[in-house]
Amino acid sequence: MQVNEQKTAAMAEEGAGAKKESAVENAAKTVARTPRRNKKRWYTNLDLYLMLLLPVAYVLIFHYAPMYGVIIAFKDYSAGRGIWASPWVGFKHFAAFFEQPDFWVLVKNTLIVSIYSLILYTIVPIVFGLLLFEVPNKAAKRVVQTVTYAPYFISGVIVCSMCYSFLDADTGMLAQLFQALGAERTQYMYSTSAYYHVYVLSGLWQGLGWWSIIYVGTLSNVDPALHEAAIIDGANRFQRIIHINFPSILPVATIQFIMSVGNLMSIGFEKSWLLMNEQNKPAAKIIATYVYEISLKSTLKQFSMATAVGLFNSFINIILLIAANFLSKRVSETSLW
Amino acid sequence: MIKGRYDRIFDIVNYLIMIAVCAIVVIPLIFILANSFSSPDLVYFGEVRLIPKGFTLATYKQVITYDDYAILNGFKNTIIYTFFGTLISMTLTFLAAYPLSRKDLKGRGLFMTLFVITMFFNGGLIPTFLVVKSLGLYNRMLGVILPGALSVYNMIIVRTYMQSSIPYELQEAAMIDGCSNFRLFLVIILPLCKPMIAIMVLFYAVGYWNSYYNALIYLQDEAREPIQIVLRRLFSQTKSGGLSTGNTSTSGTELAKQAEAMQYAVIVVAMAPILCIYPFLSKYFERGLMVGSLKG
Repeated sequence: MQVNEQKTAAMAEEGAGAKKESAVENAAKTVARTPRRNKKRWYTNLDLYLMLLLPVAYVLIFHYAPMYGVIIAFKDYSAGRGIWASPWVGFKHFAAFFEQPDFWVLVKNTLIVSIYSLILYTIVPIVFGLLLFEVPNKAAKRVVQTVTYAPYFISGVIVCSMCYSFLDADTGMLAQLFQALGAERTQYMYSTSAYYHVYVLSGLWQGLGWWSIIYVGTLSNVDPALHEAAIIDGANRFQRIIHINFPSILPVATIQFIMSVGNLMSIGFEKSWLLMNEQNKPAAKIIATYVYEISLKSTLKQFSMATAVGLFNSFINIILLIAANFLSKRVSETSLW
Repeated sequence: MIKGRYDRIFDIVNYLIMIAVCAIVVIPLIFILANSFSSPDLVYFGEVRLIPKGFTLATYKQVITYDDYAILNGFKNTIIYTFFGTLISMTLTFLAAYPLSRKDLKGRGLFMTLFVITMFFNGGLIPTFLVVKSLGLYNRMLGVILPGALSVYNMIIVRTYMQSSIPYELQEAAMIDGCSNFRLFLVIILPLCKPMIAIMVLFYAVGYWNSYYNALIYLQDEAREPIQIVLRRLFSQTKSGGLSTGNTSTSGTELAKQAEAMQYAVIVVAMAPILCIYPFLSKYFERGLMVGSLKG
């Protein structure tokens, strides 16, 4: 592994060195206009385009065709007529959704779950990454990393099953621990008030180690001279973390944050669906579970309505993404575009 | 470096925090393991902590024989999904990544945009469902694999790796010697991408192993159900106490006890394969993710 890393590093350096050379060479060549260079047209790379054919066809079919299918949000889709021949109805389905008694509950639940996770999943991995990087012993660091990454590889089905097992008021380890600490006997999985915490904290348990990888990795690239200079100036560990390490991971953290905002409204179907039961449903139902329930899960199969609701969800998401990117550009000069 | 007293206190506190975080991750897993090997009576009354009590393998036997060996069938299906899914995903990812890593590819930006857009926009549940259905893939194994087979995020990681760690001059030299792009890809690029291949196989394989959503949406037939769907069914049945063991002589409380113990055994059965191979691959993660985070 060690050797391998060195090799790649050496290769990367060589590459960088060679790049500079080739830029000069290229410039020289453009001036000289050697005939062999000039001949290189797009068809010399024909086989590269052939390689792209399969993946491009794939995204066209499985990503772009559904984007076209979104028009059924503005139609009364019936399976017999197909997408194109179904009659246009304008914003009927959107209006129907906004008038739903559940509308505000769904929006509220979606936002609570998303924003609560967004805040916690941004801050805690940063703090954990900063602290993990400070562990002086390499072997200990490795052990902590291997252990904390592991839950990321456990499936959503299992994690949700674990929530049920651990929070059972009679037999669950966590529920018993809470009772021993003086909490009242509660069936946490069947309560609306505990639901958000169960959702977000179980996610944190699962992702904490994994999400901090990127920060630990970024920190190992920080110039040690910065720390040496700070030590000479009398800065202690904590001050160096705040003034050197934190600022150096900030750009990466910002990009991660904007990306999470981009996925804010699209996360959570699977987990919400798995954690949901009749008792906690008032808190657990979100826009995505509603879409599933009125279409594939229901006998009525309201495909147009479901598509309209999904489109509304994406629309909010895009607005949030643009807003986050704009804010970040203003405040920190880091942005996606 | 001479450590001040302040630094030593910092180290001690930091170690304590790390130990606490590891404990929070590990204790639940040990608890599940201990319960799965314990006698259902003791599990039911929450007596088992971190060491099995009244050791028994009976619970595992029940889990495996449950519903006419549904678990084994689920395992078989999941192995099929994981193997072919990973194969398809790897093919799509690397076929897209290599051409897009080449700076001399005309229209590269355009193709890149085509892929990146799909990271932020999608048709949503129903339009995607309709496409899968119209292709005749509904209730087919391929229909569970294909939607979501290409992760553009992974493709960008691979592309960035190819760009940053394989010198273009090497490729140019091969081309001057008359090597075609495709041969170049197979003979030079792929062998140089070995660490990336390892990481991507891991990402995709784990994804398919744990995947629940696609089967929930695109599958009806119980015979093709992946393990996660079977587990979910088994779990919700044991939770609601609607467990039918076919044994009419067992009383209601007996059933409830068995169901409680089975929950833990089910979790172990589903987690074991992933957690067994995981430690061997964990060394690759950091590098893989770091390369991907470079903007290129």
